[in-house]
Amino acid sequence: MNRGTWLLGRLAQIVPTFVMIGVAVFVLARLLPGDQVSAMLGERASDDTIARMQAQLGLDRSVFVQLLDFLAAAVRGNFGDSMSLRLPVLQVIAERLPVTLALMAIAVVLALSIALPLAFVAALNANRWPDMLIRTIFQIGLSSPVFYIGLLLLTVFAAGLRWFPVGGYGDDWGEHLYHLFLPGLTLSFSFAAVVMRNLRAGILAVLTAEYVDFARAKGLSAGVVLGRHVLRNALIATVTLVGLHVGALLGGAVITETVFAVPGVGRLMIDSILARDYPVIQALTLVLAILVSLAFLLTDLVQMWLDPRVGR
Amino acid sequence: MSILLDVADLAVVFHTKRGKVHAVDGVGFSVGRGEVLGIVGESGSGKSVTLRAITRLLHGAEVTGRVTWQGEDVLAMDAERLRRMRGGQIGMVFQEPMAALNPVLPIGLQITEALVAHTDLDAAGRQKRALELLDLVGIAAGRTRLGQFPHEFSGGMRQRAMIAIALAANPALLLADEPTTALDVTIQDQILRLLRGLVDDLGMGLVLVTHDLGVIAETCDRVAVMYAGRLCETGAVAPVFAAPRHAYTKALLGAMPGQGQDMLVAIPGMAPRLDTPAAGCAFAPRCGYRMPICDAGRPLLRDVSPGQVSACHAAEALA
Amino acid sequence: MRVSLSLLIGGFLLALMLIAAAVPDWFAPFDPLVFDFEALSAPPSGDHWFGTDQFGRDVLSRTIHASRIDLQIAVFCVIFPLVLGGAIGLLVGWYGGVVDAIFGRLVDLVVTFPFLVLVIFFVAVLGPGLVNVYIAVTCVGWVPYAKLMRAEVLVQAQSDYVAAGRVLGYRMPRIVLRHILPNAARPVLVYAVTDMALAILLGSSLGYLGLGAQPPTAEWGVLIADGKNFFTTAPWMALFPGVAIVLAGLGFSLTGDGLADLLAVKR
Repeated sequence: MNRGTWLLGRLAQIVPTFVMIGVAVFVLARLLPGDQVSAMLGERASDDTIARMQAQLGLDRSVFVQLLDFLAAAVRGNFGDSMSLRLPVLQVIAERLPVTLALMAIAVVLALSIALPLAFVAALNANRWPDMLIRTIFQIGLSSPVFYIGLLLLTVFAAGLRWFPVGGYGDDWGEHLYHLFLPGLTLSFSFAAVVMRNLRAGILAVLTAEYVDFARAKGLSAGVVLGRHVLRNALIATVTLVGLHVGALLGGAVITETVFAVPGVGRLMIDSILARDYPVIQALTLVLAILVSLAFLLTDLVQMWLDPRVGR
Repeated sequence: MSILLDVADLAVVFHTKRGKVHAVDGVGFSVGRGEVLGIVGESGSGKSVTLRAITRLLHGAEVTGRVTWQGEDVLAMDAERLRRMRGGQIGMVFQEPMAALNPVLPIGLQITEALVAHTDLDAAGRQKRALELLDLVGIAAGRTRLGQFPHEFSGGMRQRAMIAIALAANPALLLADEPTTALDVTIQDQILRLLRGLVDDLGMGLVLVTHDLGVIAETCDRVAVMYAGRLCETGAVAPVFAAPRHAYTKALLGAMPGQGQDMLVAIPGMAPRLDTPAAGCAFAPRCGYRMPICDAGRPLLRDVSPGQVSACHAAEALA
Repeated sequence: MRVSLSLLIGGFLLALMLIAAAVPDWFAPFDPLVFDFEALSAPPSGDHWFGTDQFGRDVLSRTIHASRIDLQIAVFCVIFPLVLGGAIGLLVGWYGGVVDAIFGRLVDLVVTFPFLVLVIFFVAVLGPGLVNVYIAVTCVGWVPYAKLMRAEVLVQAQSDYVAAGRVLGYRMPRIVLRHILPNAARPVLVYAVTDMALAILLGSSLGYLGLGAQPPTAEWGVLIADGKNFFTTAPWMALFPGVAIVLAGLGFSLTGDGLADLLAVKR
């Protein structure tokens, strides 16, 4: 098979995935017990009000028609209005999504800059003290809840040393970066631990490969051997795992944003739940799932770029 | 003929969980310019380990003895001097091209990175040289080939590409570890011709490791026979083949399918364990010329005829 | 059989947690719910090793008592998904074909939903509280167990004794009980123990967000949420419950690693 065909096929897969996600969100919202309308209107709403609300939401029609309606509306980006914010859901999410994406991007960059060098140090000293020390620290990091790490960093570096703001987002790019640094660091720990663990194992597996010995036999410097021959092959296995971890990263973002009062979609999710704002919750679940499936797509593309054998 | 590489008393010990493994024990030989030395032996006889010990590519092994490259002590070289020798002065060809070529890098880059390491050529110069090299090893349509990856090459072409990489920086010596084992007979023949041609035309030295005596007879000037990590016999190919002075060499030659004989006569018995070195001759348990002395004392290398050295108590009996 | 350092340390931490959860009163110096207005937000001292909270409750006693709830979270958040996922994986692996294809699609779909977001979604609809957390985690968390069990069934189905059993006309329950479950036990056990570390983190996070255990139940996440507003003035209120979470998480993950080593389970 030709790589171009493979690529097109992979890109085309995203369409049924989106549809499936839409159906799943719809089914979840309908299947779960609990009457949304009375939950939204409160216990004392009259039957009449409830009926009007149901008609307004289209809940009086057949489930199948509702599903098609929901999907069609979702394609147009029409998720209705937020009950608590009195704004179109799409607008609410569109305002907050970039914040979360920026937070995740900072976390990923920080995690990679922590994990990449440490993975090399650990692998090149396998089972000696630097390796043991690095692995122990990351093991503790993996066992620490995100909100706890966040609180500690917040107390020490923001409230205590006043190096960083205690929360918020700021008004321009510089301020965004400044405000999101601590939350990003908080979020990066578990991600760094996952990358470190896998990359270390990957590097160890690759270090004894024949092509690495051959690269040495060519007289390449240690830097070229590690950076070009070892890292690239070790990354191939790591990239897949990193992709699978994006969902966990989003979950971590929900908590981090709550701790640092970052106005992103994670914080929005929690606020909406506490306000029983179902249209927002439903749309957010959909958007976040789509985000993850896009991350999977990106993973596959990176994989294809790293490994010429993919798709052939 | 000037000596390029001289190896003396080379020993390699691996420390494993089950104890020491003496993979190479007291091996010595030398190779000169324009000369092809064949090292022959069964698998596990320490041939490949010997090659990798020379360029210090072994992981976690204890290497002792003397390896002298153009008068310089290889085992004492610092990292940078070693790096310049590897590839720059001594090229290496590995046994399995599919494993030795990096699967995710284009062939062109795998050639040119060797040029970056050892020459002052600019990008255009490296490209030109890479094309010359592919042409030299007989890969057509080089321009397209440079952008391709190892999995897009056939087995024979991968082997040629690896030779091209090893030759990139014009090394004075090439160490080739079973370069033709994985290939079918016609391609094997082409590759050997190519290597022999390089030695004759460029005056390069070549060490060719193989388990195939046919390859030795066809391609090499001198031969070194190894068994259980030890050197049995060295000498010019023709006299050694005509009159082997080591019982193992004789057995090996007897096992070779020759003219009018299509039955392979296997040497009875099994290759010895390397974790408990024999006090006497390692080959004694399988040897048809076994004498009491063979189990008592290890035979030392000695001159048995001009240019022929053997470590066999029965050398005289074989003459 | 090699008992590693991981297993020793992990086992020790788990033993501590188990004992604390089983008989908290032996260790807790105070009643965790009693207010002491003489010592409001008191820093750690000889009387109150971990200090007291804003109502004068002893933080050490509350942390010890909370271990019972968090241990319950660790066990229930794993055992229910394990049973459900195991059963699904068994059926999918055994029947294969269309069932397996549908399962594959379903798994692809579920993994696109961030685990925590999906759990939060369920809890949002069902309402906050531990029981709903268990329901939510079971609905979402069965997938890895189903995959594990399915893989194990497929491997065992290739084996001679299962083929022989089929030829002899043994029914599925007998083959499953005799051959498949015993073989699947090791990888599932290792995964489950490691998963308990994640369950502790999830349970305490939900508690912190106000979606899990509800105050005044002493749960580590809830304790930290209680203490977070006093973190600059009375850091001990949140600090020590956090240390308990980290130690519990380490206990499970180290034990998981150690068991994987010991039982030679590849992960």
